[in-house]
Amino acid sequence: MEHTLSLFVRSIFADNMIFAFFLGMCSYLAVSKNVKTSLGLGIAVTFVLLITLPVNYLLETKVLSEGALAWLGEGFAKLNLSYLSFILFIAVIAAIVQLVEMVVEKFSPSLYASLGIFLPLIAVNCAIMGGALFMQQRVGLPATDPKALTSMLDVVAYALGSGLGWLLAIVGLAAIREKMQYSNVPAPLRGLGITFITVGLMAMAFLCFSGLDI
Amino acid sequence: MKLSDKTKQTLLGPLSSNNPVIMQVLGICSALAVTVELKPALVMGLSVTIIVALANVIISLIRNTIPSNVRIIVQLVVVATVVTIVSEVLKAFAYDVSVQLSVYIGLIITNCILMGRLEAFAMGNKPWDSFLDGLGNGFGYAWILVVVAFFRELLGSGKLLGFQVIPQCVYDAGYVNNGLMMMPSMALILVACIIWVHRSINKDLQDK
Repeated sequence: MEHTLSLFVRSIFADNMIFAFFLGMCSYLAVSKNVKTSLGLGIAVTFVLLITLPVNYLLETKVLSEGALAWLGEGFAKLNLSYLSFILFIAVIAAIVQLVEMVVEKFSPSLYASLGIFLPLIAVNCAIMGGALFMQQRVGLPATDPKALTSMLDVVAYALGSGLGWLLAIVGLAAIREKMQYSNVPAPLRGLGITFITVGLMAMAFLCFSGLDI
Repeated sequence: MKLSDKTKQTLLGPLSSNNPVIMQVLGICSALAVTVELKPALVMGLSVTIIVALANVIISLIRNTIPSNVRIIVQLVVVATVVTIVSEVLKAFAYDVSVQLSVYIGLIITNCILMGRLEAFAMGNKPWDSFLDGLGNGFGYAWILVVVAFFRELLGSGKLLGFQVIPQCVYDAGYVNNGLMMMPSMALILVACIIWVHRSINKDLQDK
């Protein structure tokens, strides 16, 4: 339990998707112009991570990794399908995003309308795929490692933490950018340039969480 | 061989005025993460160039047979296949670099440069043009990576491609490596500096 909690807190702050690994930067920079839409996108990303990571975890431990197919019988015990992992992960992600889109459209048309184009674009958000690939790396770690994912509960905690970290980052940047509209920025830096510098400074602030341990 | 103006624009446009990283904000994720040292940045730039060019050609060849409502999945599968091949080749012939690049090779699948070029260019153009477009965008991406990695490795650890370039006597005189350069945040600020210089030279690209 302690391990799970520490994993959760670390994935929000120390291993933040944006500030430590630059995952999901494209939509992060493009959508962070106002707080409301960025909050919507952050929630959508968290939600999709929460669904896709456990599914991909099952896929990794029950189908893809070496010897994972042993439950099918003796003859399958030696198979190692890990070279298929990119294709299967991305297929799962694309399918689930499509599914989430249909469900949201059916049950909450207002949320669907406010998310608009961003919902389908989550399929190519590197935070989702990156989460799956990091999960694959961490499953192989020894159980004593603070980053190891040993059970389904750990994976859910990791997914939720990563999503919340992403949400925190995008809402923070959006709030800063809203204020920054009133500042006098040098012409060549206007727009993209100053945004990069802002993110750089935010990343520096998040550096103080590295090495955080519970 | 003489290139027509349009072909030249397809190939050279992405290097500066239409650069995928600093103008269109595509493919930032991997651009920043692999630039701590020059060598992985070079390998990454090369891999992305090859993958964009190949995927562009494949999609362009089959563009008339793809039904438009499943095109994203088709594009993803094509890209994932090409990336898997490149990743296996890297594992076989450059294992240490592939360990260093870790998940970022796999993340080329979701690199927005790929999806952006496939969707915007390869779906509506002939294979040869798509190939040139892929090469141009790949190199446009690669040079940013190389510049960022050059400064990060030089200032962060005093080395280039793993060789010590700052001589020991400079250290003896009191010079120290800037550890902050190895941190993620300086990558962002270096890209901001490139944007600054680039837009100071090309005034027409500045935001109003």
